[in-house]
Amino acid sequence: MEKPFRILPRVTAENEHFWCGGREGELRFLRCQPCGQYLHPPAPLCPDCLGKDLQAEAVSGRATVLTFTLNHQPWVPSADHPYAIAIVEIDEQPGLRLMTNIVGCPAESVHVGMRVRVVFEEHEDVFMPLFTPEDA
Amino acid sequence: MERMERRAALTGAGQSEVGRRLGRDPLELTLDACVAAIEDAGLSTRDIDGLATYPGAMGGNPGFSGAGITEVHDALRLELDWFSGGMERSGQLGAVVDACLAVACGLARHVLCFRSVWEGSAQGKGSRPGIGLSGGGGSFRASGPPMEWTLPFRAYSAVNWIGMFAQRHFHEYGTTREQLAGIALNARRNAALNPAAIYREPLSLDDYMSARMISTPLCLYDCDVPCDGATAVIVSHVDAARDLRKPPLRVEAVGTALRGRPSWDQFDDLTTMACRDAARMLWERTDLRPGDVDVAQLYDGFSFIALSWLESLGFCGMGVGGAFVEGGRRIARDGEIPLNTHGGQLSGGRLHGYGFIHEACVQLWGEAGARQVAGDPEVAVAGAGGGPLAGCLLLTRL
Repeated sequence: MEKPFRILPRVTAENEHFWCGGREGELRFLRCQPCGQYLHPPAPLCPDCLGKDLQAEAVSGRATVLTFTLNHQPWVPSADHPYAIAIVEIDEQPGLRLMTNIVGCPAESVHVGMRVRVVFEEHEDVFMPLFTPEDA
Repeated sequence: MERMERRAALTGAGQSEVGRRLGRDPLELTLDACVAAIEDAGLSTRDIDGLATYPGAMGGNPGFSGAGITEVHDALRLELDWFSGGMERSGQLGAVVDACLAVACGLARHVLCFRSVWEGSAQGKGSRPGIGLSGGGGSFRASGPPMEWTLPFRAYSAVNWIGMFAQRHFHEYGTTREQLAGIALNARRNAALNPAAIYREPLSLDDYMSARMISTPLCLYDCDVPCDGATAVIVSHVDAARDLRKPPLRVEAVGTALRGRPSWDQFDDLTTMACRDAARMLWERTDLRPGDVDVAQLYDGFSFIALSWLESLGFCGMGVGGAFVEGGRRIARDGEIPLNTHGGQLSGGRLHGYGFIHEACVQLWGEAGARQVAGDPEVAVAGAGGGPLAGCLLLTRL
């Protein structure tokens, strides 16, 4: 399917692991090395131990839909309305979540609790982490 | 320790012409509201020594700000001891809370607080624009919160962000669109009695249920209406408030807390929002209880936000807001807790938070005309903001 228009994020040294990890097929988050906590969005220190020993690490890319909305309003002309916007929680850690799109299935089939896995959509230097049904 | 609120009072309120697309100079609208509020209090511009606004002068988002501190300061030739404008505060009404602090601390005696918008005219003949889609062109890139984490996923509007909170509430508590309709239909019934409201024709449950979807579960009538207009209120030190034109309204308590993460997608509980924290703080600062409140003016930029404020403020339990507003009886002008008696932003116009505090004052002063709540209301709550924005004030007649 044709890729929709997207406003892209500005890639920086601080967020590159997240926005460009898909180049290697990996969904990456910063992880505090001493205490093991993942954090998102990226920040210079661990909110728990306040340590700065953070490394980008890949997660499984498996996640659960916490909530979603089907956008019908044509903010930008596109053939794929309604499309699904969701907040998903990554398996590795309760509370590790991000806003994303659910793709590769009818928008009407998206539901809270749906099991999904990451897929990447390439736009210039950015690999958008999107999610698709786990068994798709 | 004496709470700072004991030394603050609201002494005047004013509003400009309000319309869908007025095509008027937004600074002129702002000044119309400011002068109306100053005169309402029985003051003159020489008495005003403080100035506060949200969001202040800013670029981007056309129409989002009609005037900043500097323009109003200079146009009225004010001699200021204290002033403050900006967005990084506890919601739109955070500027009014800051004004309370300023008078309580002796930095000012009479603070003029204003908010003006011209989103209706800025929108022009087109449809409501998404965030980040006006200007910038193809090279625009989103950077920093919240835009970096929302716009790339085609979540171009707060309707998308709030739609997800509503969906989670629907999922956990069985809330339905038929129930949520109670907020929008109540607003329209009240707007019919408000000559300044934008949409005044009757709205039925059938109209609501058959309206086009914007971002599930929110339909067209769950979204407020962009408009042009300005609102202003005067916050005075209680010692300077006694001999003015109107009986001062005491600030009983404020709520400014944001204890969860300051984010549209990282908040700990996706069935509620920052209003949960602000409301909890408000009740921590007063002996009054929700049952003492006579009128509630609560932000309805999207209908679900008003439901969330009702729950957060304890007018019903957390999670049962749907059943509470269903059919609209409890939130009607003659119900348990009259809600958005001017029509809210859904039908009255998106004055962005300040329409609520204006209406709270008008109701307590008994000046609401055909929409006046019976029984001489003595206690009002005004709350504004959705997502990570929230601030609220509890007002009483002295």
